[in-house]
Amino acid sequence: MDLRPKRYVDTVVLSPVGRIDHSTSEDFKITLAPHMTRCAEGQDRVILDFASVEYISSVGLRVLMLASKQAKSQRGSLGIAALQPAVREIFDISRFTMVLDVFPSVREGLARLSPKALAAFDAA
Amino acid sequence: MQPDGRLKVKFWGTRGSIPVAMTSAEVRRKLISALTRASGRKLETPDQAAAFLDRELDFAGSHTFGGNSSCVEIITGQRDYVLCDLGSGARVFGNEVLTTRGPSGQRFHAFMSHTHWDHIMGFPFFMPAYAAGNHIRIYGCHADLEEAFRGQHAAPSFPVDFSRLSATIEFVRLEPEREYEIAGLRVRPKLQRHGGDSYGYRFQGGDKVVVYSTDAEHKQDDLTEIKAFAEFFRDADLVIFDSQYSLAEATSIKEDWGHSSNVVGLELCQMAHAKCLCLYHHEPVSDDERIAALLAETRRLEEITRSDRRVEILAAYDGMEIAL
Ligand SMILES: [Zn+2]
Ligand SMILES: [Zn+2]
Repeated sequence: MDLRPKRYVDTVVLSPVGRIDHSTSEDFKITLAPHMTRCAEGQDRVILDFASVEYISSVGLRVLMLASKQAKSQRGSLGIAALQPAVREIFDISRFTMVLDVFPSVREGLARLSPKALAAFDAA
Repeated sequence: MQPDGRLKVKFWGTRGSIPVAMTSAEVRRKLISALTRASGRKLETPDQAAAFLDRELDFAGSHTFGGNSSCVEIITGQRDYVLCDLGSGARVFGNEVLTTRGPSGQRFHAFMSHTHWDHIMGFPFFMPAYAAGNHIRIYGCHADLEEAFRGQHAAPSFPVDFSRLSATIEFVRLEPEREYEIAGLRVRPKLQRHGGDSYGYRFQGGDKVVVYSTDAEHKQDDLTEIKAFAEFFRDADLVIFDSQYSLAEATSIKEDWGHSSNVVGLELCQMAHAKCLCLYHHEPVSDDERIAALLAETRRLEEITRSDRRVEILAAYDGMEIAL
C-alpha cells in the first residue's frame, strides 16, 4: 500500500487509499511501521489522512490501535484526519473516536500537533 | 423441532458477568416518560394502554432487556428440554417448567459454554434438580465440569450439598470439533478464546442452524481463527454472540478479558453468510437505553457495510423468543 508520505517540517502526513480490511490490513501495517518507529518525542508526528479510505474493518482498526499504543509509549503524536462519513460512523460505532485522536481535516490535525508544520502546510 | 420442522429459541438470561436488576429510579424514569407521552390520550382500558405502549414507545421506554445471567433454551418441539448454560436465568426457566409440566418426569440437556460463575449460578436454584424423577444431563468439554457444579453447592457457599439433589444428574464430557446427535439435534462444540477456555455450540435441527457462541474473544489479525469461526457460523439461521464490549475496549484496555464486540460479531456473520446476529451477554453496566442504542448502531453498521446479503440484527432480552 502506497501511503504517499508528505512531510511538513516535523510532521509526516500519510494518505492510505481504498479499503482497509483482511486483504489489505497486513500491508497497511507493514508500510505504516517505519513511520511509527519515528513517531516519537523529539522526532516525527504522524497524521493519517483518511480522505481516500472508503472502509475500515475491525482488523484495520486494530492496526490503528496498535499504532496509537506505540506512539503513546514513545511519547509521540498520532492523529487521524478527514474521515469519510461512513468511515466516521464505523469509528463512532466501534468507539474508536473515543480512544484515537480524530480530526475533521488534516489542517486541523496539524494545528493541534505542530504549529510549525501547519505554517508549512499553509505555505505549500 | 416444532411439529412444522422449525426450531425456536427462548432467552431466559442474557446478561454478562453478573445478574443485574433494574432500580426503582430506572422504573420511575420509564414511568414518568411513558406517562408524559400518554398525556391527553384516551387510555381507559388495558388494551388501549397496551396498544399505546406497542405503537408509541420504543423498546427501552416500555420494556427492559432484563438482568439474568446466561441461559438460552432451544425448543425442538420434542419432550426433552435443551438449554445452553445454567446462569441465573435457569432459575426462572425451572420454575416455568414446574408450573407448566409439573415437578417430576422431565428430561433436560444443558450444554455448558464453560463453568464461570455467571454460567452455572442458576443451578442451585433450578428446582427440577431437587425432585426425584427428573433427569438432567449436563454436557461440556471441560475436564472439571462436574467439580465446578459440585463446588458451588458445597459449604460454605451453599447449604444444600450436591449429593442431596434428588434428580438423576449426569455429566457428559464432549470433545470439540466432533459432531453429536443429542435430543434430536446435531451438536458440534468449538473451542473459543476465553480465560480457562470456553466452547461454542453449533446446533442443527432439521434444516435450521443455531450457533451459541458466548464468552469468546476474537483476535482480528489471526486470520486462521477468524476463518474457522466464519466456518463455524456458516449459513446459520441465528448466531447468539457475546458482544459485551465495544471494539475499542476489546482491542485496548479490555484486551484478553475474553469477550467480543458487536462489530466483530457482524463481520463474522457477514463472512459466514449467517442470517441473523443476536447480541448477547450484555455488559452489566449498560442500562436499557444503552443496549437499545447498541442495537441501533449495529443495525446501522450492517446497513453501511452490507454487500449483497443482509444480516438481521437483534439484541437478546430475558423472555425473548425467536422462531427460526
Ligand atoms: Zn460470562
Ligand atoms: Zn466467562
